[in-house]
Amino acid sequence: MTDIRNYTLNFGPQHPAAHGVLRLVLELDGEVIQAADPHIGLLHRATEKLAESKPYNQSIGYMDRLDYVSMMCNEHAYVLAIEKMLGIEAPIRAQYIRVLFDEITRILNHLLWLGAHGLDLGAMSMFLYTFRERETLMDCYEAVSGARMHATYYRPGGVHRDLPQQMPQYQESIFCNKAETAKRNADRQGSLLDFIAVFAKSFPSKIDEYETLLTDNRIWKQRTVGIGVVSAERAIALGFTGPMLRGSGVAWDLRKTQPYEVYDQLDFDIPIGTTGDCYDRYLVRMQEMRESVKIINQCVAWLQVNPGSVMLDQHKVTPPSRLHMKEDMESLIHHFKLFSEGYSIPAGEAYAAIEHPKGEFGIYLVSDGANKPYRLKIRAAGFAHLAALEEMTKGHMLADVVAVLSSQDIVFGEIDR
Amino acid sequence: MTLLIELQTALMKQFPEAIDETVLALGELTLTIKAMALKALCFRLRDDPAFVFNQCVDVCGVDYLTYGQAEWETSGATSTGFDRAVEPLVLTANPDRPRFAVVYHLLSLAHNQRLRLKVLLTDQDYLHVDSLIDVWPSVNWFEREAFDMYGILFMGHPDLRRILTDYGFIGHPFRKDFPLSGHLEVRYDAASSRVVYEPVSIKPRILVPKVIRAKV
Repeated sequence: MTDIRNYTLNFGPQHPAAHGVLRLVLELDGEVIQAADPHIGLLHRATEKLAESKPYNQSIGYMDRLDYVSMMCNEHAYVLAIEKMLGIEAPIRAQYIRVLFDEITRILNHLLWLGAHGLDLGAMSMFLYTFRERETLMDCYEAVSGARMHATYYRPGGVHRDLPQQMPQYQESIFCNKAETAKRNADRQGSLLDFIAVFAKSFPSKIDEYETLLTDNRIWKQRTVGIGVVSAERAIALGFTGPMLRGSGVAWDLRKTQPYEVYDQLDFDIPIGTTGDCYDRYLVRMQEMRESVKIINQCVAWLQVNPGSVMLDQHKVTPPSRLHMKEDMESLIHHFKLFSEGYSIPAGEAYAAIEHPKGEFGIYLVSDGANKPYRLKIRAAGFAHLAALEEMTKGHMLADVVAVLSSQDIVFGEIDR
Repeated sequence: MTLLIELQTALMKQFPEAIDETVLALGELTLTIKAMALKALCFRLRDDPAFVFNQCVDVCGVDYLTYGQAEWETSGATSTGFDRAVEPLVLTANPDRPRFAVVYHLLSLAHNQRLRLKVLLTDQDYLHVDSLIDVWPSVNWFEREAFDMYGILFMGHPDLRRILTDYGFIGHPFRKDFPLSGHLEVRYDAASSRVVYEPVSIKPRILVPKVIRAKV
C-alpha cells in the first residue's frame, strides 16, 4: 500500500498575491486546502513601542505607515484618541476637511484593493485603470500636505493647514510641450476644492467602467461567487468589521452607529451584502466608493462657502502661528515647549475607533500624565480578518486562497504594525 | 452617557462578586475583573439579552512597571536650581502592585455599546489568565500577540505560539524593561555567506525625557 500524505506548500513571503510579506503555510490534499497557517510579523516595526518613547505629536507620522494605503484614516483615529483625552474638539471646518480626506482615502484604498483583487484573479487591466484614478487623489494629498502618501496632515486640535486656494500645476518641460501642459492643467485652474469637485463629478462614470469589466463578467463570477462564505453570526464572532462584516449582511458602520466628526450631518447609505462571499464583498466596496463620492460632494459644497479656522487656538496643544512666534514672547515659549517637550495628557485611558476603509481601526491610549503615551495599542481591522483566513479557505481549492486573501483587503503595514 | 450609567448599575448588580472596580470616564466604562471570574462573566456578557456583547474587538496586554515615573523631575525645589540630568526609569517591580494587565474591548452590536474589561495579573511569576477563545473566536490572534509581546499565558488557548516576532526570538519586547533597540541585530555576513545575529551595537538613549505634569 502506498503511503499518501498531504502536501505542505509555502505561499509567500515572496509571492505576488501575498499582498506584501505574508508567509502562508498551506497543507494540501491534492489541490484542496486542509489547513492554512499564516505566519505574520515580517513587517513588524513595533510602532506601539516606538510611540511610547516619543511625544504624542511625533507619532502621527508613524500612523501613516501602518496601513500605507489609507494613510489619513490611521492618523484620524490617533488624533481622535488624543483629543478625547485632552477634552478638545477640532473646529468645524477642520472636521469637514477630515471627513473629506477620510473619504478620499477610502476611495484610494478601495481603488488599490480593486486593482490588486483584479490582478490576483486575472483581470490585469484593472490595476492600470485604478492607478490612473489614484494618481488624481494622490495629487489632492500632495496639494494639501506636500506628501503624496505619508501626509501627517491631521493634528490634535485640527488639521495642519487650510486647503490651498490654488491647485499646483504642471510645469512645461522637455518631455511635455506647452499645449500638452495646458491640457494637463485644465482641471487645475481653480482651488483644490474645485479640483476635487471635478474628480467627484467624473469618478462615478469610472466606477461604471470598472463594473462593466467585472460585475457581470462570467470569469469574475466563477472566481468569486460562493467563495469564502462567512455567515453574519460567524462574522461578528470572528471580529470582522467594515466591508467584511457588511458583505455578510450586517448593517454596521461606525460612521452611522457611532458617528464622529460631522458624519451625522451628512447623507449617505450603508451598502450591505447578502451571502457573505467574495463577490458580495466586492459589490459592497464598489458601492461604498459611490457613497464616498456623495460624501465628498457634500463636504466640498460646505467647505466652499464656510471659511474659518482649521486649528484650535489653544497653544498648550497646537503651535502658535509662525508670525506670532517672531513677535510675541509667550508664543515663542509655547512654540519651544511644544516642539521640545510636547504636551502632557491627563492620566487615564481612552479608546477611539473610526470606520477605516478596511474596518474598525481603533487606538487604545493609556496615559500616566506624561508627554508620551504610556501604552498605545493599535487595533487593526486586517489583523482579525487574516486570523480567520484558515476558516474561510478550508475545503476550497488552492486558487481560491488568493481570491479570499485579496477579498479581505490585506495590507501588512497594519497587521504587523 | 445615561445608557452607560444604566449599564454600569446593571453590571454591578448582576456580577458584584466578579467586579473589583468600575470606572466611568471619557464616555467609556471600564470594569476591573477578578481573573478567576473572567470566563464565566464573559459568557454571561455575551449571552444575556441585557448585554449581548457579541464581538470582542481587541485584546491587549499592558505593563505598568514604570507607570507614573518621570525621567525628568519638574516639580523639585528651585532653590538649588533645576537638575538638568535625565533620570533613568526604575525597572524593579513593586511586589504590592500587579505589574501586568490584560485589557479587553467588547462591543455590543445589538445595543451599540462598548465595554472595557481589565484583568490585573496578580501572580507575577506565573502570568496567566483564562483564554476567551470559547467565548469569542476573534481573540485567537490577539491573545497570541499579548503572549508574544508580554509573555502572558492564556490558559486553554489551543495554539499559543509567538506571532509577530522572529522565529527563535527570546524575550517579550513590549515589556517596559525590554530596551527599545532590542538585544540582537542581524546582518548578512559575506564571509560566512549567511545571516548572522550579533548583540546590538547602538546604545539606548533618551531623546525627549518623559515629563509628568499634573495640568495640561
